Amino acid sequence: MSQLFKNAGKLTRFQLRQDRFRIPVWLISLSAVTFVTAISFVDLYQNDAERQAIAETMRNPAMTAMVGQGYGLDNYTAGAMMSHQMLLFTAIIVAIMSILLVTRHTRADEEDGRTEIIRSLPSGRLSNLTSTILLVSFTNVLLALIIGFGNYALGIESMDLEGSMLYGAALGATGIFFMALTAVFAQVSESSRGTIGLSFAVLGLAYLIRAIGDVGNETLSWFSPLGWALGAEVYVNNYWWPMLVMLGFSILLCLLAFYLNAMRDLGSGLLPSRPGRTHASLFLRSPFGLALRIQRTAIIAWAAGMFVIGVSYGSILGDLESFMEEIEIMEQMVNPVEGYSLTEQFITMLMAIMSMISTIPVMMIILKLKGEENKNRTEHVYSHAVSRSRVLGSYLILSVAVSFIMQFLAIFGLWAAGSAVMDEGISFAVMFNAGMVYLPAIFVLIGAAVCFVGVIPKLSGLTWLYLIYSFMVVYLGDLLQFPEWMNNLSPFGHIPQIPVEEVDFIHVTILIGIAIGLTVAGFIGYNRRDITG
Amino acid sequence: MNVLRATNLTKQFGKFTALDGVDLEVNKGEVFGFIGPNGAGKSTTIRILLGILNATEGRAEIFGKDVWGDAVEIHKRVAYVPGDINLWPNLTGGEVIDFFLNLRGSGNRNRREELISRFNLDPAKKCRTYSKGNRQKVALIAAFSSDADLYILDEPTSGLDPLMESIFQECVIQAKNEGKSVLLSSHILSEVEKLCDRVGIIREGKMIETGTLKELRHLTRTNFVVETKEPIVSLNELKGVHGIQKADQAVSFQVDTEELDNVLKFITSYGIIRLESAPPTLEDLFMRHYEGTSRTLESGAGGAL
Repeated sequence: MSQLFKNAGKLTRFQLRQDRFRIPVWLISLSAVTFVTAISFVDLYQNDAERQAIAETMRNPAMTAMVGQGYGLDNYTAGAMMSHQMLLFTAIIVAIMSILLVTRHTRADEEDGRTEIIRSLPSGRLSNLTSTILLVSFTNVLLALIIGFGNYALGIESMDLEGSMLYGAALGATGIFFMALTAVFAQVSESSRGTIGLSFAVLGLAYLIRAIGDVGNETLSWFSPLGWALGAEVYVNNYWWPMLVMLGFSILLCLLAFYLNAMRDLGSGLLPSRPGRTHASLFLRSPFGLALRIQRTAIIAWAAGMFVIGVSYGSILGDLESFMEEIEIMEQMVNPVEGYSLTEQFITMLMAIMSMISTIPVMMIILKLKGEENKNRTEHVYSHAVSRSRVLGSYLILSVAVSFIMQFLAIFGLWAAGSAVMDEGISFAVMFNAGMVYLPAIFVLIGAAVCFVGVIPKLSGLTWLYLIYSFMVVYLGDLLQFPEWMNNLSPFGHIPQIPVEEVDFIHVTILIGIAIGLTVAGFIGYNRRDITG
Repeated sequence: MNVLRATNLTKQFGKFTALDGVDLEVNKGEVFGFIGPNGAGKSTTIRILLGILNATEGRAEIFGKDVWGDAVEIHKRVAYVPGDINLWPNLTGGEVIDFFLNLRGSGNRNRREELISRFNLDPAKKCRTYSKGNRQKVALIAAFSSDADLYILDEPTSGLDPLMESIFQECVIQAKNEGKSVLLSSHILSEVEKLCDRVGIIREGKMIETGTLKELRHLTRTNFVVETKEPIVSLNELKGVHGIQKADQAVSFQVDTEELDNVLKFITSYGIIRLESAPPTLEDLFMRHYEGTSRTLESGAGGAL
């Protein structure tokens, strides 16, 4: 029995060596963002009155859906702000970190045949999974301790030792839960893409269940691991038991992963793989067909996901409407605009967020070309009579078409669910315009991706950073009161907020111009540069 | 004394039967060649022997221990080189070799350095920059600098240049001289012919032939090219003669090993001017078994020579 885990310790150290930069970067960025936010809260809101004022603006379902329930709104200290506005956001990033780390050391290594080499050495059958769990658990515990002690060390009055430790623990426990979940999916799915996809889908679902639950039905939130993290009511009531629940479930999931790992063959998954076609369909016989075919599953999954996101946000519009009716004085609301309902203002916010989520699959399509090149698969294509512009153009057309499809599905989901729950629904035309007006911003990111792939392919990952930056300034910009110029750096900051604002054709035209410029630069670069594989 | 013994190994992936009752034996101090066409089940057999896959049926033992249950113990004395190896992109070749040696718990530092210089590998480079041949060298160096008693090599020279291939062959011969055993799966038949004491041929999940090359050669035909003073008449009526072809003055044909004596006596009576004979190559054996027909043998001695 002990043979099963032989040399897991040595493997952990080996994995640590592989991640000697990766893990510190995660830990430093996560703790830095946390500490900077805590300090900025103290700077932004100097006294109780200012803090209470901001608390009032938080008392609406739209905010609740986005950041979670405000447990400390009656006494909105800096600590309460942290647990209300920052904890959920940080927990999601921690979950992503765990998902990526676990996949990297389990299914990805197995897929590339590296696990086979390890298994041919004197190491136990379960050693690789064990060492991965040890490594990622260690990373999460370390993160919990750094953020826990760090928050306390900031010396902010409302952030005491117990609360700070619980804040760290909630992040660590979320990370460990998603580590265990990914460990299971790594056994179930046959590929690392599948493992990451399934894990992200559960993470997204956990977020949506919590959003719907927090707004309408609190019991529902307890079905989401993110709901457990927030349920600790850090810095307000400091409940430790949700952490135990999360760790308990994590242990069960780890045991399940071990069981599945022990019973399956190396290299295989549990999801069935069925035989495919023996001949390519007519459609596949072109670069565009290939670009679509290799990303078909991902596109369909994202399309379904966008619709679900739209429906989920739509389902809370009813609560928002009834909430509005209860409250007459609206002065404290974020940027109240005469003549428009809070619901309509909320929709502009939703559209911005949904557009940025739509941008993920859209950008993935362009960057896939770089991924294909990394795996030495484009050279086969170019050994045939195919021009570079035609290949890049195929990915570009697909990407633009998908951006429209994703936006449409999100808008349609939002409108359909919204009309079902609201007394006075918002017309589809309004929603359609409010959503589609974000397309130019998405095009700028497509252009940026094309430009990177064409001109400096090594840095094409930076496009993701740009999207994350846009997300940060739009999602957190109002809360953290970023300066205006930071907002202006993101294309999403220039989109007119329909229906609250008028359509601003100048800005939209400039954005489209930038998108075209970047795309052209990308095409020129791609035609000139060396193809590496 | 056998180091490795597998009996009736069967492996099913769902409904597909990858291995169907494979028997295999490797003796101490022996190099065993394991050949067969793509998809015949060589790698599946090797993965079962390494305890990576669990056989559906049958039993396999290495050093008298069960390959699945005692995998960890066995692997301390086994070195494995796969045909296509992916390494950790952000580690150097040297780091990977050391990790392998460290995990096995034994290894010879001097030997490591010696092999690195013989194989001409730069151990300070990141694995992501290595070509296929260089990745293969990393695996070979790690394997041959360990103190293993059994080497399991699955197409180990794929991607190596001819010079490196000959160094690999030296390593195998050296291991053999030290009394170690080698299971070598390969498509390079000249390599197998040169190195292996015994050969096993697998096809569609079944071992169809096992034995020394000498034994296997009995199963096939010797190639002849003969030029005689008088034309040989009714050669085709002779027992054990196949694939007769006339070219200029000469005639070429193959003869079944058991009929050699009779046939030679017969043709000498026609006055031999020139006689060329060639033993069947492993390739002849291989082709004959793989195709299940004697098509290549029919094509004439010219092709086989």
